[in-house]
Amino acid sequence: MTEQTVPQEIPTDHDDILRQAALWKALNHGVALATVVTTWGSSPRPVGSQLAIKDDGAFIGSVSGGCIEGAVVGEGLAAIKDGETRLLNFGVTDEMAWEVGLACGGKVEVFVERVE
Amino acid sequence: MKSKILQDLLTARDAKAETVLITNVDTGAQSLVVDGTASGDIEITEDVSAAMDIVIADDKGKTVDIDGNRLFLRAFNPPKRLIIVGAVHIAQPLVPMARLAGFDTIVVDPRSAWATPERFPDVTLDARWPDEALRALDPDAGTAIVALTHDPKLDDPALTVALRSKAFYIGALGGQKSAGKRRERLSDEGFTDADFARIHGPVGLDIGAVSPAEIALSIMGEITQILHRYKLKQAA
Repeated sequence: MTEQTVPQEIPTDHDDILRQAALWKALNHGVALATVVTTWGSSPRPVGSQLAIKDDGAFIGSVSGGCIEGAVVGEGLAAIKDGETRLLNFGVTDEMAWEVGLACGGKVEVFVERVE
Repeated sequence: MKSKILQDLLTARDAKAETVLITNVDTGAQSLVVDGTASGDIEITEDVSAAMDIVIADDKGKTVDIDGNRLFLRAFNPPKRLIIVGAVHIAQPLVPMARLAGFDTIVVDPRSAWATPERFPDVTLDARWPDEALRALDPDAGTAIVALTHDPKLDDPALTVALRSKAFYIGALGGQKSAGKRRERLSDEGFTDADFARIHGPVGLDIGAVSPAEIALSIMGEITQILHRYKLKQAA
């Protein structure tokens, strides 16, 4: 993933992300939430960071500096389809970190759930 | 996540309630605890309750293993507050900076010429005398208080209430000389050395700040430093 795929204005506030998820749901969209539940080492975003995903692939928030958002959005879309929760593990490799300008080699665990 | 839990969580945030969301990351089961009242599928055992206390104190999330279940607990604490006493020039840039950093901000100043909506758009202005205002605002451990009037008539009553509160940060304009005079003036209030040591003055980090915006930045920097001092100590 490259930086271009990261939206320029990322709301970091939880309320904005959860509110957007609730709004999408109220508009009858399929919605999934991804949450960083564990981090090891110097991960780019802290535990509790969230990403809301809409059924057309739109998303708001962040669970990393941009390196894993693509994969998480993909799993979010799959969760919207099958309703299963997912627990994803990512090692943020130095190479990927370099790509997005992060001096990290951490790992993150991301929980993905559909808003029912 | 059930829509009801999401709605209840947003309602609790609006009500500024102390809220914890508990998720079993293997099964997806969830419970929401709002001001101590739980609803949902996860039972709040003593161990879960103890883990809740930790995430509330740290104001963050944590994954714990309890009775063979991997539970993710996320605290959604009420927003931190910054009470600024003195609708002065420094307060003008400090208000938007504090807002960006996630603080609910209130400006207290009984002087109507200073505390005008033109000078302070989109912020709560409190025109009560500082001690009365602060008592009503009831500062808690998530509150920072800065006294910026440089006028003992206004700063002293504010600091008198601030020092009797659990505010995590108390700052006041003025160096050691003003602090010494303040101690004399407040000598009848029964404060100890440890109490006076809670007051950060001269207010703000020493970054050579000159302009009001720079001073506001140094104050916001110091508030941030004190807010995270626990983490900084751990890292050291």
